[in-house]
Amino acid sequence: MGEHHTVASFDEDLGAISKLISDMGELAGSMVGGATKALLNSDNALAQRVVSDDAIMDARQRELDDRAITLIAKRQPMANDLRAVVGSIRMAGDLERIGDLAKNIAKRVGTVGLSVTPRDLSHSIDVMAQLVLVQVQGVIEEYAAADAAALAKLRNDDERIDVKYTSVFRELLTYMMEDPRNITACTHLLFCAKNLERIGDHVTNIAENAYYVLTGSQLPANRPKQDETAMSAPAA
Amino acid sequence: MNIMTEQSLENAVGDKMNAKSNEVIKMRGDKVGVFYGDKQALFDVNLDVRLNQVTALIGPSGCGKSTFLRCLNRMNDTIDSARVTGKITLDEEDIYDKNIDVVELRARVGMVFQKPNPFPKSIYENVAYGPRIHGLAKRKTDMDQIVESSLKKAAIWNEVKDRLQEPGTGLSGGQQQRLCIARAIAVSPEVILMDEPCSALDPIATARVEELIDELRQNYTIVIVTHSMQQAARVSQRTAMFHLGYLVEEGATDKMFTNPDDKRTQDYITGRFG
Repeated sequence: MGEHHTVASFDEDLGAISKLISDMGELAGSMVGGATKALLNSDNALAQRVVSDDAIMDARQRELDDRAITLIAKRQPMANDLRAVVGSIRMAGDLERIGDLAKNIAKRVGTVGLSVTPRDLSHSIDVMAQLVLVQVQGVIEEYAAADAAALAKLRNDDERIDVKYTSVFRELLTYMMEDPRNITACTHLLFCAKNLERIGDHVTNIAENAYYVLTGSQLPANRPKQDETAMSAPAA
Repeated sequence: MNIMTEQSLENAVGDKMNAKSNEVIKMRGDKVGVFYGDKQALFDVNLDVRLNQVTALIGPSGCGKSTFLRCLNRMNDTIDSARVTGKITLDEEDIYDKNIDVVELRARVGMVFQKPNPFPKSIYENVAYGPRIHGLAKRKTDMDQIVESSLKKAAIWNEVKDRLQEPGTGLSGGQQQRLCIARAIAVSPEVILMDEPCSALDPIATARVEELIDELRQNYTIVIVTHSMQQAARVSQRTAMFHLGYLVEEGATDKMFTNPDDKRTQDYITGRFG
């Protein structure tokens, strides 16, 4: 944040909050990466790790809440400091939800693995997961680098995930119609895809918050949206 | 629900437009400069004070905010070495014009100081003094009326109504300050200047004065100098930031405290000033 506060411990308090956000961001990235890898490789041990990581994520969020509330009570932050603290509380909420969604994907690993999972069935999910992972890691990096323009772009990039989700949805639907024995696995994969899509939405929220923290102005409310499944879902 | 939306949206837009057109400039500073002897304390300040709004002047010590405040009712006249340049208007009338009666000006632009300074007289006399010298009350009952309504407007009537003849100096600090506000109100000013009115008060007395400022805004225009950023954020609609004798930035308070334009403002309000 450039110059230092007259009260040095104010800087330390703000620094601790910003460190927690980057820790949580890193953890979120590792959980999303781990969950999808576990899913695609039917790796139960890795899935377990992701599930237990979620407890760490929750604890970090609680710590951040405590620190932020205490800082507001003690220091009455103003302007960019105020935006940073309030923005951190909100970003931590989104990161915590990303953790939950990653855990949810990890929990399905056992179930999907048991049923027959043709390799090509999960290929599209792999592609989608890579898109999501880039977004999760990117948002934390750009926030740390204080690059507002990159955050605005990153927020718009969520559209690619939405488009991919729509195509995964159609693809899985096709597999299920072709062979009803695919239904169990495909349904689980569909939930996984939906979770990935939701993670993308949380990244969008984080990018919007981070942009506000850095610039003091909000990104325009309208963003291109391409999730057509909501409109055309039960078309049969 | 949907039927309402369009109508209420229209109303909201209408309200906003009205609010804008109501922003009348009550006082205007035009290239105001102040010299104490050879030393210049204020440089080219252009600042508007809007009708029925609270304008907060903030900035570090020695930045010129109190100096500017004191120009608004010519309190700097009382300092021999002080010289004011530029132009200050009240309702578009130059208050430094030689035809202006300074006593009358100070009745129109009242002042409340940092330290409560009641006269060593009764509570009643503290409030009655101004109206009396300005000849605002013909009869005793008129004066009683003015004293009561002033004390009521200053939100202290209930605490002092049974002891109006006791000395004003016997009240608590917070009560004394509200008595001083009642005294300022008694001569029906249009503008009230407040120079750190709460810095000698405890938090509860401060809260009461702040609540009072918000109520007074309905009928008066207020300019307040404060060292408390939170207070400026709470009570004012406009904030002006001074530094080293210059006006750095002026704007809507909500914006000034969440997203100021000037780096110096940001550094000052966030506590980064060297």
